[in-house]
Amino acid sequence: MGLLVTVGPSGAGGMKLNLPKLTGRNAVVGIPYFWLLLFFLLPFFIVLRISVAEMETVTFKDLLTYVDGSLQLKIKLSNYLFIAQDALYFKTYLNSLMYAAVTTVLCLSIGYPFAYFMARAKATTQPLLLMLVMLPFWTSFLLRVYAWKGLLGDGGWVANVLIAVGADHLLLFTGLIAAEGKFMNTPFSLIIGMVYTYLPFMILPLYANLAKMDLRLLEAAADLGCPPWLAFWKITVPLSKAGIIAGSMLVFIPCIGEFVIPELLGGPQTLMIGRVLWDEFFSNNDWPMASSVAVVMVLLILVPLAIFNKYQAQATEVRR
Amino acid sequence: MRTPAATPAAYLQIDDVVKDFGGGAVAVNHVSLKIARGEIFALLGASGCGKTTLLRMLAGFEVPTSGRIVLNGQDLGAMAPYQRPINMMFQNYALFPHLTVWDNIAFGLRRDGLPKDRVAEKVEAMLKLVQLGKFGKRKPHQLSGGQQQRVALARSLAKQPQLLLLDEPLGALDKKLREETQIELVNIIEQVGVTCVMVTHDQEEAMTMATRIAVMSEGRIVQVGAPSEIYETPATRYVADFIGNVNLMDGSLTTDFPDHAIITCTDCTHYVGHGITGITGISGTTEITGVDGMNVSVAMRPEKLRLTRERPQDMQPDEKGWAAGHNQVRGTVKDMSYFGSFTVYHLQLPSGQMLRISESNTERHRDNPLTWNDTAWASWSPSAQVVLAA
Repeated sequence: MGLLVTVGPSGAGGMKLNLPKLTGRNAVVGIPYFWLLLFFLLPFFIVLRISVAEMETVTFKDLLTYVDGSLQLKIKLSNYLFIAQDALYFKTYLNSLMYAAVTTVLCLSIGYPFAYFMARAKATTQPLLLMLVMLPFWTSFLLRVYAWKGLLGDGGWVANVLIAVGADHLLLFTGLIAAEGKFMNTPFSLIIGMVYTYLPFMILPLYANLAKMDLRLLEAAADLGCPPWLAFWKITVPLSKAGIIAGSMLVFIPCIGEFVIPELLGGPQTLMIGRVLWDEFFSNNDWPMASSVAVVMVLLILVPLAIFNKYQAQATEVRR
Repeated sequence: MRTPAATPAAYLQIDDVVKDFGGGAVAVNHVSLKIARGEIFALLGASGCGKTTLLRMLAGFEVPTSGRIVLNGQDLGAMAPYQRPINMMFQNYALFPHLTVWDNIAFGLRRDGLPKDRVAEKVEAMLKLVQLGKFGKRKPHQLSGGQQQRVALARSLAKQPQLLLLDEPLGALDKKLREETQIELVNIIEQVGVTCVMVTHDQEEAMTMATRIAVMSEGRIVQVGAPSEIYETPATRYVADFIGNVNLMDGSLTTDFPDHAIITCTDCTHYVGHGITGITGISGTTEITGVDGMNVSVAMRPEKLRLTRERPQDMQPDEKGWAAGHNQVRGTVKDMSYFGSFTVYHLQLPSGQMLRISESNTERHRDNPLTWNDTAWASWSPSAQVVLAA
């Protein structure tokens, strides 16, 4: 699964502390680690430090102070307590998780059939289909999201089609839009934007997985009395588990922290954590609070990532 | 030793089956076969000869372009693979990697909607049959090649199919294991009593396992018969060459009597202990009449030749029509291949043709052994040759 980043050193080191020799292989492996250390881990600790620091007009107080012969460690937890107590943050996190989950489920249900037929298409047409999946990346992400504003806004042709087929009544009934014929700045427009943007990230790992599948297994299933639809559930789906997990994680994780799409397509109902973060940083200028929100979000993402890695390792073991 | 019925009552009948994938060559070209109940029938041929396509048509993965396949009085034509009372052991086994050995074997039984305890009972019986009782909880990738092969066999036998198909059953095993498994596999199949059609490109595998063999070439059946028939009386040059080693000599028919024939080749004169007219082998299917001067090929297996340093004594001086110098030729040893139990000598004849002679190594050491560039005589009995159409 070439698309994925593996976390943790690859079996090197062990318990003994032996410094790695400067070989070409170590350098190649080391550079990305160094990069992540410098631009991910270090900033994360800075954010962590800010989140527990006391503000002093425009600077942060030191966490560790030496006053009158006593060493003092001062960790301010009030931001975290505030997050835990204020229903707004809780609701926002929940909202983010919910929208990320809905997006993931929709991407999976649209992406799986697509990836399946792409993987089973003639070998000569596969590169073309693959290129079509990647085609949106040739245009700026921002422009593409912005385009939806026009498509779903008043008089936009997608909006007109939806009204013409009467879809707005159904959407109003389910609460996805607030008023008949008004699609913009609703949960509906937000989900459309997110599914549209993240669909390729679901399709690509699923395709990579399904294309590798040994088709004789389906023949074996048929031979043992399994009709095709049942063989799909009993054989194809379980064997593509690794692809489903990979695609879901690639959609779910960035969706939680998504800022641009909710900002452009979302509305008052669709408060997500990315926007709260932005507001704390740039509207309220409350850096410690913003950092706390960020740290909690990272933890919310790291936990699923850890689970994902565990599954990934198991799945590859089965295939071997 | 299993004795095949002379004219088997058809349990499986393949009737003028054609499979044309389009694009020139016809994969299976008007094949008809009758296979009896309880037979182990091998389809043998080089890759691309159509044997796998024929097997896949039996399983239902390919649909014949024309022709009929009837199993036990039932026309299989309209049946999908999952409806056929046929199970297949796939090449490289195609075990489900995400299921345990137990679940792999239970897979087909569950599709039949058997109650849980019946499934368990049958799976346990199958595991016992293939001696994998303790391995039920393992995943396929945790098993050795030989164990995987037995799981695949158990899975294909679990539903008690009316017909078992084996696609290169031992192809994925190494040589030593293959020999052991051949016998084991045949024992299990006979114990269960299932009729079996196997596909192989390995003639040894076909010879040791099958009751009858059909040799295929370019989509057609070239010869059908028991292993010994195929080996000792090949019908065509192709079969003679494909099964085992053979020396082929081109010559012309000089004399043809009911009890003997004489064929003149470039390097030697063959005395054949039977007449040529009326035998079916010579042209494959139809009887022909031997005509003096007709071009024929003489096929001889390397182990039917004897190699001596001195000129051998005449074999059959009393036979009618025998003349001194028949059935012997002088040449130069150009190569020797030592195989342990036997040695193959390559004897260069005056015309430049190479004659392969296999000598059993019955003694540990040989006095005055033949070596490179020695002159030696090859000789053979009047029953050693098979006369084929040129």
